[in-house]
Amino acid sequence: MIRFEEVSRIYDGQTRAALANVNIEIEKGEFVFLVGGSGSGKSTLMKLILREYRPTTGRIYVAGKDVAALPERKIPALRREIGMVSQDFRLLPGKTVFENVAFALQVIGKPRSLIRKVVPETLEMVGLADKMGRRPDELSGGEQQRVAVARAFVNHPKILLADEPTGNLDPETSVGIMKLLDRINRSETTVVMATHDWAMVDQMRKRVVELESGHVIRDQARGIYGARA
Amino acid sequence: MRHLLSETWSGLRRNVGITLAVVMTMWVSLSLFGAGLIAAQQVNLFKGEWYDKIEITVYLCTAKLQTGGNCDPGQDATDEQKDQIHDAIEKNPEVLKVEYQSKEEAYEEFLNVFKDSPIKDSLTLEEMQDNYRVKLVDPQQYQGLVSQLKLMRGVQKIQDLHQILEPVFKWLGALQWGTIALSIVLLLAAALQIGTTIRMATFTRGREIGIMRLVGASNFHIMGPFLLESLIAGLVGAFLASGTLVFGVWFIILRNAQRGLEAFRWVGWTETWIAVGAMVLVAIILSIIPTIISARRYLRV
Repeated sequence: MIRFEEVSRIYDGQTRAALANVNIEIEKGEFVFLVGGSGSGKSTLMKLILREYRPTTGRIYVAGKDVAALPERKIPALRREIGMVSQDFRLLPGKTVFENVAFALQVIGKPRSLIRKVVPETLEMVGLADKMGRRPDELSGGEQQRVAVARAFVNHPKILLADEPTGNLDPETSVGIMKLLDRINRSETTVVMATHDWAMVDQMRKRVVELESGHVIRDQARGIYGARA
Repeated sequence: MRHLLSETWSGLRRNVGITLAVVMTMWVSLSLFGAGLIAAQQVNLFKGEWYDKIEITVYLCTAKLQTGGNCDPGQDATDEQKDQIHDAIEKNPEVLKVEYQSKEEAYEEFLNVFKDSPIKDSLTLEEMQDNYRVKLVDPQQYQGLVSQLKLMRGVQKIQDLHQILEPVFKWLGALQWGTIALSIVLLLAAALQIGTTIRMATFTRGREIGIMRLVGASNFHIMGPFLLESLIAGLVGAFLASGTLVFGVWFIILRNAQRGLEAFRWVGWTETWIAVGAMVLVAIILSIIPTIISARRYLRV
Protein backbone atom coordinates (compact mmCIF):
# COMPACT_ATOMS: atom_id res chain seq x y z
CA MET A 1 0.00 0.00 0.00
CA ILE A 2 2.88 2.33 0.88
CA ARG A 3 6.45 1.74 -0.26
CA PHE A 4 9.50 3.93 0.33
CA GLU A 5 12.58 3.14 -1.75
CA GLU A 6 15.79 4.85 -0.64
CA VAL A 7 13.87 8.03 0.15
CA SER A 8 15.70 11.14 1.33
CA ARG A 9 14.31 14.53 1.94
CA ILE A 10 16.40 17.62 2.55
CA TYR A 11 14.59 20.87 3.24
CA ASP A 12 15.61 24.00 1.38
CA GLY A 13 18.52 25.76 3.00
CA GLN A 14 19.41 22.85 5.26
CA THR A 15 22.27 20.42 5.00
CA ARG A 16 20.99 17.70 7.32
CA ALA A 17 18.43 15.37 5.79
CA ALA A 18 15.02 15.25 7.47
CA LEU A 19 14.79 11.73 6.11
CA ALA A 20 17.77 9.72 4.88
CA ASN A 21 17.70 6.57 2.77
CA VAL A 22 14.43 5.33 4.15
CA ASN A 23 13.11 1.95 2.95
CA ILE A 24 9.75 0.89 4.28
CA GLU A 25 6.99 -1.28 2.92
CA ILE A 26 3.56 -1.15 4.50
CA GLU A 27 1.00 -3.71 3.37
CA LYS A 28 -2.67 -3.18 2.85
CA GLY A 29 -4.56 -3.34 6.14
CA GLU A 30 -1.48 -2.99 8.32
CA PHE A 31 -1.28 -0.89 11.47
CA VAL A 32 2.03 0.83 11.97
CA PHE A 33 3.26 2.97 14.83
CA LEU A 34 5.82 5.55 13.91
CA VAL A 35 7.92 6.45 16.92
CA GLY A 36 10.91 8.67 17.56
CA GLY A 37 11.77 11.99 19.16
CA SER A 38 10.76 15.40 17.92
CA GLY A 39 12.47 16.18 14.64
CA SER A 40 13.22 12.53 13.92
CA GLY A 41 11.31 12.73 10.63
CA LYS A 42 7.88 11.31 11.48
CA SER A 43 5.93 14.29 10.18
CA THR A 44 8.10 14.57 7.09
CA LEU A 45 7.37 10.95 6.29
CA MET A 46 3.63 11.59 6.46
CA LYS A 47 3.87 14.73 4.37
CA LEU A 48 5.72 12.76 1.72
CA ILE A 49 2.92 10.19 1.64
CA LEU A 50 0.40 13.02 1.20
CA ARG A 51 2.62 14.51 -1.49
CA GLU A 52 2.83 17.81 0.37
CA TYR A 53 6.51 17.49 -0.46
CA ARG A 54 8.42 15.58 -3.06
CA PRO A 55 11.31 13.40 -1.93
CA THR A 56 14.71 14.87 -2.72
CA THR A 57 15.79 11.44 -3.90
CA GLY A 58 14.21 8.00 -3.98
CA ARG A 59 10.78 6.73 -4.91
CA ILE A 60 7.51 6.56 -3.02
CA TYR A 61 4.54 4.44 -4.05
CA VAL A 62 1.19 5.09 -2.44
CA ALA A 63 -1.85 3.02 -3.42
CA GLY A 64 -0.04 1.97 -6.56
CA LYS A 65 0.95 5.45 -7.66
CA ASP A 66 4.46 6.77 -8.06
CA VAL A 67 3.90 9.81 -5.87
CA ALA A 68 6.96 11.86 -6.78
CA ALA A 69 6.15 11.60 -10.48
CA LEU A 70 2.49 12.47 -9.98
CA PRO A 71 1.46 15.60 -11.90
CA GLU A 72 -0.09 18.36 -9.80
CA ARG A 73 -3.55 17.91 -11.18
CA LYS A 74 -3.64 14.30 -9.99
CA ILE A 75 -2.72 15.12 -6.40
CA PRO A 76 -6.35 15.65 -5.30
CA ALA A 77 -7.20 12.13 -6.46
CA LEU A 78 -4.29 10.76 -4.40
CA ARG A 79 -5.40 12.61 -1.30
CA ARG A 80 -8.93 11.25 -1.60
CA GLU A 81 -7.40 7.86 -0.91
CA ILE A 82 -5.78 9.13 2.29
CA GLY A 83 -7.38 10.35 5.50
CA MET A 84 -5.38 12.59 7.82
CA VAL A 85 -5.81 13.24 11.53
CA SER A 86 -3.52 15.65 13.34
CA GLN A 87 -2.76 16.56 16.91
CA ASP A 88 -4.64 19.88 16.77
CA PHE A 89 -7.93 18.50 15.31
CA ARG A 90 -8.25 21.29 12.71
CA LEU A 91 -12.02 21.59 12.90
CA LEU A 92 -13.88 24.57 11.47
CA PRO A 93 -15.20 26.51 14.47
CA GLY A 94 -18.19 28.04 12.64
CA LYS A 95 -19.59 24.72 11.53
CA THR A 96 -21.46 22.04 13.47
CA VAL A 97 -20.11 18.53 13.94
CA PHE A 98 -22.26 17.32 11.06
CA GLU A 99 -21.13 20.18 8.82
CA ASN A 100 -17.49 19.63 9.67
CA VAL A 101 -17.65 16.03 8.53
CA ALA A 102 -19.89 16.83 5.58
CA PHE A 103 -17.40 19.49 4.45
CA ALA A 104 -14.86 16.85 3.47
CA LEU A 105 -17.40 15.32 1.09
CA GLN A 106 -18.89 18.56 -0.19
CA VAL A 107 -15.58 19.93 -1.37
CA ILE A 108 -14.87 16.86 -3.43
CA GLY A 109 -18.25 17.20 -5.07
CA LYS A 110 -20.19 14.35 -3.47
CA PRO A 111 -23.98 14.55 -3.87
CA ARG A 112 -26.12 15.74 -1.00
CA SER A 113 -28.11 12.53 -0.79
CA LEU A 114 -24.93 10.56 -0.17
CA ILE A 115 -23.69 13.08 2.39
CA ARG A 116 -26.95 12.89 4.34
CA LYS A 117 -26.62 9.14 4.53
CA VAL A 118 -22.89 8.67 5.11
CA VAL A 119 -22.15 11.44 7.59
CA PRO A 120 -24.56 10.26 10.31
CA GLU A 121 -23.31 6.70 9.83
CA THR A 122 -19.74 7.78 10.34
CA LEU A 123 -20.60 9.94 13.35
CA GLU A 124 -22.46 6.98 14.80
CA MET A 125 -19.35 4.87 14.38
CA VAL A 126 -17.18 7.36 16.28
CA GLY A 127 -19.84 7.63 18.99
CA LEU A 128 -21.09 11.16 18.31
CA ALA A 129 -24.50 10.40 16.84
CA ASP A 130 -26.14 12.50 19.54
CA LYS A 131 -23.88 15.53 19.06
CA MET A 132 -24.20 16.20 15.36
CA GLY A 133 -25.63 19.68 15.88
CA ARG A 134 -22.97 20.88 18.33
CA ARG A 135 -20.15 23.20 17.49
CA PRO A 136 -16.52 22.22 18.17
CA ASP A 137 -16.17 24.59 21.14
CA GLU A 138 -19.02 22.79 22.88
CA LEU A 139 -17.13 19.48 22.75
CA SER A 140 -14.35 18.00 24.86
CA GLY A 141 -10.91 17.43 23.34
CA GLY A 142 -11.58 13.73 22.88
CA GLU A 143 -14.88 14.44 21.17
CA GLN A 144 -13.26 16.98 18.87
CA GLN A 145 -10.67 14.41 17.88
CA ARG A 146 -13.45 11.93 17.15
CA VAL A 147 -14.98 14.47 14.80
CA ALA A 148 -11.60 14.83 13.10
CA VAL A 149 -11.33 11.06 12.76
CA ALA A 150 -14.85 10.92 11.34
CA ARG A 151 -13.93 13.60 8.82
CA ALA A 152 -10.78 11.72 7.80
CA PHE A 153 -12.64 8.44 7.46
CA VAL A 154 -15.98 9.53 6.00
CA ASN A 155 -14.82 9.01 2.42
CA HIS A 156 -13.47 5.53 3.35
CA PRO A 157 -9.87 6.12 2.38
CA LYS A 158 -7.47 3.25 1.85
CA ILE A 159 -4.95 4.84 4.19
CA LEU A 160 -5.42 6.75 7.42
CA LEU A 161 -2.52 8.85 8.67
CA ALA A 162 -2.59 10.03 12.27
CA ASP A 163 0.07 12.48 13.43
CA GLU A 164 0.11 12.26 17.23
CA PRO A 165 -3.67 12.08 17.44
CA THR A 166 -3.60 11.63 21.21
CA GLY A 167 -0.91 14.24 21.86
CA ASN A 168 -3.35 16.72 23.38
CA LEU A 169 -5.54 14.23 25.19
CA ASP A 170 -5.50 12.64 28.65
CA PRO A 171 -4.69 8.90 28.85
CA GLU A 172 -8.25 7.68 29.22
CA THR A 173 -9.51 9.69 26.27
CA SER A 174 -6.49 8.54 24.30
CA VAL A 175 -7.51 4.94 24.77
CA GLY A 176 -10.88 5.74 23.24
CA ILE A 177 -9.26 7.29 20.17
CA MET A 178 -6.85 4.37 19.94
CA LYS A 179 -9.73 1.90 19.96
CA LEU A 180 -11.43 3.89 17.25
CA LEU A 181 -8.33 3.77 15.04
CA ASP A 182 -8.02 0.07 15.70
CA ARG A 183 -11.60 -0.44 14.56
CA ILE A 184 -10.97 1.53 11.42
CA ASN A 185 -7.89 -0.59 10.81
CA ARG A 186 -9.97 -3.75 11.03
CA SER A 187 -12.11 -2.51 8.17
CA GLU A 188 -9.11 -3.10 5.88
CA THR A 189 -7.84 0.48 6.18
CA THR A 190 -4.09 0.85 6.46
CA VAL A 191 -3.29 3.01 9.50
CA VAL A 192 -0.02 4.82 10.13
CA MET A 193 0.13 6.57 13.47
CA ALA A 194 2.97 8.73 14.72
CA THR A 195 3.04 8.90 18.49
CA HIS A 196 4.96 9.57 21.68
CA ASP A 197 2.55 7.56 23.76
CA TRP A 198 4.68 4.59 24.83
CA ALA A 199 2.03 3.01 27.04
CA MET A 200 -0.29 2.77 24.08
CA VAL A 201 2.34 1.30 21.79
CA ASP A 202 3.35 -1.27 24.34
CA GLN A 203 -0.21 -2.27 24.92
CA MET A 204 -1.22 -2.61 21.27
CA ARG A 205 1.69 -4.75 20.13
CA LYS A 206 1.60 -3.64 16.52
CA ARG A 207 4.37 -3.06 14.06
CA VAL A 208 6.71 -0.29 15.21
CA VAL A 209 8.98 1.77 12.99
CA GLU A 210 11.42 3.94 14.90
CA LEU A 211 13.09 6.95 13.38
CA GLU A 212 16.10 8.86 14.62
CA SER A 213 17.56 11.87 12.84
CA GLY A 214 15.84 10.80 9.65
CA HIS A 215 17.07 7.20 9.69
CA VAL A 216 14.99 4.10 10.32
CA ILE A 217 16.73 2.51 13.28
CA ARG A 218 14.15 -0.17 14.06
CA ASP A 219 11.32 -1.93 12.21
CA GLN A 220 9.75 -4.50 14.44
CA ALA A 221 6.69 -6.64 13.74
CA ARG A 222 5.06 -6.76 17.19
CA GLY A 223 7.09 -4.13 18.88
CA ILE A 224 7.10 -2.02 21.96
CA TYR A 225 7.92 1.67 22.25
CA GLY A 226 11.50 0.89 23.19
CA ALA A 227 13.89 2.75 25.43
CA ARG A 228 11.85 4.80 27.82
CA ALA A 229 12.78 7.31 30.39
CA MET B 1 -22.52 22.94 -7.11
CA ARG B 2 -24.82 23.77 -4.24
CA HIS B 3 -21.82 23.85 -1.95
CA LEU B 4 -19.94 26.14 -4.33
CA LEU B 5 -22.85 28.57 -4.38
CA SER B 6 -23.34 28.57 -0.63
CA GLU B 7 -19.60 29.14 -0.07
CA THR B 8 -19.69 32.01 -2.56
CA TRP B 9 -22.70 33.52 -0.86
CA SER B 10 -21.15 33.32 2.59
CA GLY B 11 -17.95 34.85 1.19
CA LEU B 12 -19.86 37.76 -0.29
CA ARG B 13 -21.73 38.30 2.95
CA ARG B 14 -18.59 38.14 5.04
CA ASN B 15 -16.93 40.84 2.93
CA VAL B 16 -20.00 42.89 2.21
CA GLY B 17 -18.26 46.26 2.69
CA ILE B 18 -15.31 45.51 0.48
CA THR B 19 -17.55 43.83 -2.10
CA LEU B 20 -19.63 46.99 -2.30
CA ALA B 21 -16.43 49.01 -2.72
CA VAL B 22 -15.42 46.78 -5.62
CA VAL B 23 -18.86 47.06 -7.17
CA MET B 24 -18.83 50.85 -6.92
CA THR B 25 -15.33 51.24 -8.33
CA MET B 26 -16.26 48.92 -11.17
CA TRP B 27 -19.45 50.85 -11.74
CA VAL B 28 -17.82 54.26 -12.00
CA SER B 29 -14.80 53.13 -13.99
CA LEU B 30 -16.80 51.05 -16.43
CA SER B 31 -19.27 53.89 -16.91
CA LEU B 32 -16.41 56.19 -17.83
CA PHE B 33 -14.95 53.54 -20.08
CA GLY B 34 -18.29 53.04 -21.81
CA ALA B 35 -18.78 56.78 -22.17
CA GLY B 36 -15.36 57.00 -23.79
CA LEU B 37 -16.30 54.26 -26.23
CA ILE B 38 -19.57 55.99 -27.10
CA ALA B 39 -17.74 59.29 -27.57
CA ALA B 40 -15.22 57.63 -29.86
CA GLN B 41 -17.97 56.18 -32.00
CA GLN B 42 -19.77 59.53 -32.07
CA VAL B 43 -16.64 61.33 -33.22
CA ASN B 44 -16.22 58.75 -35.98
CA LEU B 45 -19.79 59.31 -37.09
CA PHE B 46 -19.27 63.06 -37.16
CA LYS B 47 -16.04 62.68 -39.05
CA GLY B 48 -17.52 60.42 -41.67
CA GLU B 49 -20.48 62.68 -42.15
CA TRP B 50 -18.62 65.95 -42.25
CA TYR B 51 -15.75 64.84 -44.34
CA ASP B 52 -18.21 63.52 -46.89
CA LYS B 53 -19.90 66.85 -47.12
CA ILE B 54 -16.77 68.93 -47.29
CA GLU B 55 -16.31 70.92 -50.45
CA ILE B 56 -13.50 73.18 -51.36
CA THR B 57 -14.67 76.57 -52.52
CA VAL B 58 -12.33 78.58 -54.70
CA TYR B 59 -13.23 82.26 -54.61
CA LEU B 60 -12.12 84.32 -57.56
CA CYS B 61 -10.92 87.90 -57.54
CA THR B 62 -13.45 90.62 -57.83
CA ALA B 63 -12.92 94.34 -58.46
CA LYS B 64 -14.55 95.41 -55.22
CA LEU B 65 -12.15 93.46 -53.03
CA GLN B 66 -8.81 95.16 -52.70
CA THR B 67 -6.93 92.60 -50.74
CA GLY B 68 -5.63 89.10 -50.66
CA GLY B 69 -4.70 86.23 -52.87
CA ASN B 70 -3.29 86.52 -56.32
CA CYS B 71 -5.48 89.36 -57.44
CA ASP B 72 -4.59 92.41 -59.47
CA PRO B 73 -5.98 95.28 -57.35
CA GLY B 74 -9.29 96.59 -58.62
CA GLN B 75 -9.69 93.92 -61.27
CA ASP B 76 -11.99 90.96 -61.72
CA ALA B 77 -10.36 87.67 -62.53
CA THR B 78 -10.01 87.58 -66.28
CA ASP B 79 -11.66 84.94 -68.44
CA GLU B 80 -8.24 83.57 -69.24
CA GLN B 81 -7.45 83.15 -65.56
CA LYS B 82 -10.80 81.50 -65.01
CA ASP B 83 -10.14 79.03 -67.80
CA GLN B 84 -6.75 78.16 -66.36
CA ILE B 85 -8.20 77.61 -62.92
CA HIS B 86 -11.05 75.53 -64.27
CA ASP B 87 -8.59 73.49 -66.31
CA ALA B 88 -6.34 72.87 -63.31
CA ILE B 89 -9.32 71.67 -61.26
CA GLU B 90 -10.70 69.44 -63.99
CA LYS B 91 -7.37 67.80 -64.63
CA ASN B 92 -6.70 66.95 -60.99
CA PRO B 93 -7.39 63.24 -60.48
CA GLU B 94 -8.66 63.80 -56.94
CA VAL B 95 -11.59 65.89 -58.17
CA LEU B 96 -14.97 64.23 -58.33
CA LYS B 97 -17.06 67.17 -59.47
CA VAL B 98 -16.67 70.89 -60.02
CA GLU B 99 -19.39 73.51 -60.27
CA TYR B 100 -19.08 77.11 -61.29
CA GLN B 101 -21.17 79.65 -59.49
CA SER B 102 -21.29 83.23 -60.78
CA LYS B 103 -21.54 86.17 -58.43
CA GLU B 104 -25.18 86.66 -59.46
CA GLU B 105 -26.00 83.09 -58.50
CA ALA B 106 -24.05 83.46 -55.29
CA TYR B 107 -25.99 86.64 -54.43
CA GLU B 108 -29.28 84.93 -55.14
CA GLU B 109 -28.35 82.04 -52.88
CA PHE B 110 -27.27 84.47 -50.20
CA LEU B 111 -30.57 86.35 -50.36
CA ASN B 112 -32.43 83.09 -50.27
CA VAL B 113 -30.68 81.78 -47.18
CA PHE B 114 -31.06 85.05 -45.26
CA LYS B 115 -34.38 86.19 -46.67
CA ASP B 116 -35.96 86.71 -43.24
CA SER B 117 -32.91 88.18 -41.65
CA PRO B 118 -31.47 91.69 -41.58
CA ILE B 119 -28.19 90.16 -42.71
CA LYS B 120 -29.52 90.09 -46.24
CA ASP B 121 -28.87 93.84 -46.53
CA SER B 122 -25.28 93.57 -45.38
CA LEU B 123 -23.86 92.56 -48.74
CA THR B 124 -24.32 93.86 -52.23
CA LEU B 125 -24.07 92.04 -55.52
CA GLU B 126 -20.75 93.76 -56.12
CA GLU B 127 -19.27 92.19 -53.04
CA MET B 128 -20.13 88.66 -54.13
CA GLN B 129 -17.53 86.52 -55.82
CA ASP B 130 -17.52 84.10 -58.70
CA ASN B 131 -16.45 80.76 -57.34
CA TYR B 132 -15.78 77.12 -58.09
CA ARG B 133 -17.16 74.49 -55.79
CA VAL B 134 -15.07 71.36 -55.85
CA LYS B 135 -16.02 67.97 -54.52
CA LEU B 136 -13.24 65.46 -54.01
CA VAL B 137 -13.11 61.71 -54.52
CA ASP B 138 -11.56 61.28 -51.09
CA PRO B 139 -12.29 64.31 -48.93
CA GLN B 140 -9.21 63.60 -46.81
CA GLN B 141 -6.92 64.16 -49.83
CA TYR B 142 -7.36 67.87 -50.24
CA GLN B 143 -3.91 69.27 -49.72
CA GLY B 144 -2.53 68.70 -53.23
CA LEU B 145 -5.27 70.62 -54.98
CA VAL B 146 -5.36 73.42 -52.43
CA SER B 147 -1.65 74.12 -52.64
CA GLN B 148 -1.78 73.99 -56.42
CA LEU B 149 -4.64 76.50 -56.66
CA LYS B 150 -3.18 78.81 -54.06
CA LEU B 151 -0.45 79.78 -56.50
CA MET B 152 -2.74 80.60 -59.44
CA ARG B 153 -3.51 84.16 -60.60
CA GLY B 154 -7.11 85.17 -60.12
CA VAL B 155 -7.67 83.08 -57.02
CA GLN B 156 -8.61 85.33 -54.15
CA LYS B 157 -9.20 82.76 -51.43
CA ILE B 158 -9.70 79.07 -50.97
CA GLN B 159 -12.14 78.10 -48.32
CA ASP B 160 -11.49 74.72 -46.97
CA LEU B 161 -13.58 73.39 -44.08
CA HIS B 162 -10.82 71.02 -43.04
CA GLN B 163 -8.99 73.93 -41.48
CA ILE B 164 -11.94 74.61 -39.24
CA LEU B 165 -12.95 71.06 -38.49
CA GLU B 166 -9.60 69.50 -37.87
CA PRO B 167 -8.89 71.31 -34.58
CA VAL B 168 -12.39 70.47 -33.41
CA PHE B 169 -11.85 66.80 -34.08
CA LYS B 170 -8.45 66.96 -32.49
CA TRP B 171 -10.01 68.24 -29.28
CA LEU B 172 -12.82 65.76 -29.41
CA GLY B 173 -10.28 63.00 -29.90
CA ALA B 174 -8.22 64.20 -26.94
CA LEU B 175 -11.36 64.30 -24.81
CA GLN B 176 -12.38 60.82 -25.79
CA TRP B 177 -8.94 59.33 -25.20
CA GLY B 178 -8.63 61.25 -21.94
CA THR B 179 -11.86 59.67 -20.74
CA ILE B 180 -10.70 56.22 -21.71
CA ALA B 181 -7.27 56.72 -20.10
CA LEU B 182 -8.89 57.92 -16.89
CA SER B 183 -11.21 54.95 -16.87
CA ILE B 184 -8.26 52.60 -17.34
CA VAL B 185 -6.61 54.07 -14.23
CA LEU B 186 -9.82 53.47 -12.31
CA LEU B 187 -10.19 50.00 -13.75
CA LEU B 188 -6.68 49.16 -12.60
CA ALA B 189 -7.66 50.38 -9.14
CA ALA B 190 -10.66 48.08 -9.26
CA ALA B 191 -8.48 45.14 -10.29
CA LEU B 192 -6.06 45.82 -7.42
CA GLN B 193 -8.99 46.05 -5.05
CA ILE B 194 -10.26 42.67 -6.20
CA GLY B 195 -6.81 41.13 -5.86
CA THR B 196 -6.46 42.46 -2.32
CA THR B 197 -9.94 41.35 -1.36
CA ILE B 198 -9.25 37.83 -2.52
CA ARG B 199 -5.91 37.77 -0.73
CA MET B 200 -7.65 38.77 2.49
CA ALA B 201 -10.33 36.18 1.90
CA THR B 202 -7.73 33.45 1.47
CA PHE B 203 -6.27 34.46 4.84
CA THR B 204 -9.62 34.32 6.63
CA ARG B 205 -10.39 31.02 4.98
CA GLY B 206 -6.90 29.64 5.41
CA ARG B 207 -7.97 26.76 7.63
CA GLU B 208 -10.79 25.80 5.30
CA ILE B 209 -8.49 25.86 2.32
CA GLY B 210 -5.98 23.73 4.23
CA ILE B 211 -8.63 21.11 4.94
CA MET B 212 -9.89 21.23 1.38
CA ARG B 213 -6.43 20.51 0.05
CA LEU B 214 -5.92 17.75 2.61
CA VAL B 215 -9.09 15.90 1.69
CA GLY B 216 -8.32 16.19 -2.01
CA ALA B 217 -10.59 18.98 -3.21
CA SER B 218 -9.86 19.91 -6.80
CA ASN B 219 -8.64 23.35 -7.78
CA PHE B 220 -12.09 24.00 -9.16
CA HIS B 221 -13.62 23.53 -5.72
CA ILE B 222 -10.94 25.54 -3.97
CA MET B 223 -10.86 28.42 -6.43
CA GLY B 224 -14.50 28.32 -7.45
CA PRO B 225 -15.95 30.41 -4.61
CA PHE B 226 -13.26 33.06 -5.00
CA LEU B 227 -13.65 33.28 -8.76
CA LEU B 228 -17.40 33.41 -8.50
CA GLU B 229 -17.24 36.07 -5.81
CA SER B 230 -15.07 38.37 -7.92
CA LEU B 231 -17.07 37.62 -11.02
CA ILE B 232 -20.33 38.52 -9.30
CA ALA B 233 -18.88 41.78 -7.98
CA GLY B 234 -17.47 42.61 -11.41
CA LEU B 235 -20.64 41.76 -13.26
CA VAL B 236 -22.87 43.69 -10.84
CA GLY B 237 -20.56 46.67 -11.46
CA ALA B 238 -20.81 46.11 -15.21
CA PHE B 239 -24.58 45.82 -14.96
CA LEU B 240 -24.88 49.12 -13.09
CA ALA B 241 -22.46 50.80 -15.51
CA SER B 242 -24.44 49.48 -18.49
CA GLY B 243 -27.60 50.88 -16.93
CA THR B 244 -25.88 54.22 -16.45
CA LEU B 245 -24.66 54.25 -20.03
CA VAL B 246 -27.99 53.23 -21.52
CA PHE B 247 -29.73 55.91 -19.50
CA GLY B 248 -27.09 58.45 -20.53
CA VAL B 249 -27.46 57.64 -24.22
CA TRP B 250 -31.21 57.77 -23.98
CA PHE B 251 -31.32 60.99 -21.99
CA ILE B 252 -28.51 62.97 -23.59
CA ILE B 253 -28.56 61.75 -27.16
CA LEU B 254 -31.87 60.18 -28.06
CA ARG B 255 -34.01 62.53 -26.04
CA ASN B 256 -32.18 65.80 -26.35
CA ALA B 257 -29.32 66.04 -28.82
CA GLN B 258 -31.04 64.12 -31.58
CA ARG B 259 -34.16 66.24 -31.38
CA GLY B 260 -32.37 69.53 -31.00
CA LEU B 261 -29.70 68.93 -33.62
CA GLU B 262 -31.37 66.78 -36.20
CA ALA B 263 -28.86 67.70 -38.87
CA PHE B 264 -26.22 65.49 -37.27
CA ARG B 265 -26.00 61.76 -37.14
CA TRP B 266 -25.95 60.54 -33.56
CA VAL B 267 -24.97 57.27 -31.99
CA GLY B 268 -27.87 54.94 -31.30
CA TRP B 269 -28.54 51.60 -29.67
CA THR B 270 -26.18 49.65 -31.92
CA GLU B 271 -23.22 51.69 -30.72
CA THR B 272 -24.47 51.45 -27.14
CA TRP B 273 -24.64 47.65 -27.24
CA ILE B 274 -21.12 47.51 -28.65
CA ALA B 275 -19.93 49.59 -25.69
CA VAL B 276 -21.92 47.47 -23.22
CA GLY B 277 -20.38 44.30 -24.66
CA ALA B 278 -16.88 45.74 -24.27
CA MET B 279 -17.68 46.77 -20.68
CA VAL B 280 -18.89 43.30 -19.71
CA LEU B 281 -15.83 41.73 -21.28
CA VAL B 282 -13.50 44.10 -19.43
CA ALA B 283 -15.37 43.42 -16.17
CA ILE B 284 -14.96 39.66 -16.60
CA ILE B 285 -11.26 39.90 -17.43
CA LEU B 286 -10.56 42.36 -14.63
CA SER B 287 -12.28 40.25 -11.99
CA ILE B 288 -10.88 36.89 -12.97
CA ILE B 289 -7.23 37.69 -13.62
CA PRO B 290 -6.47 39.38 -10.25
CA THR B 291 -8.30 36.57 -8.47
CA ILE B 292 -6.21 33.91 -10.14
CA ILE B 293 -3.03 35.82 -9.40
CA SER B 294 -3.98 36.34 -5.74
CA ALA B 295 -5.13 32.81 -5.09
CA ARG B 296 -2.51 31.15 -7.27
CA ARG B 297 -0.43 29.90 -4.39
CA TYR B 298 -3.37 27.79 -3.26
CA LEU B 299 -3.36 26.02 -6.56
CA ARG B 300 0.03 24.69 -5.66
CA VAL B 301 0.49 21.95 -3.10
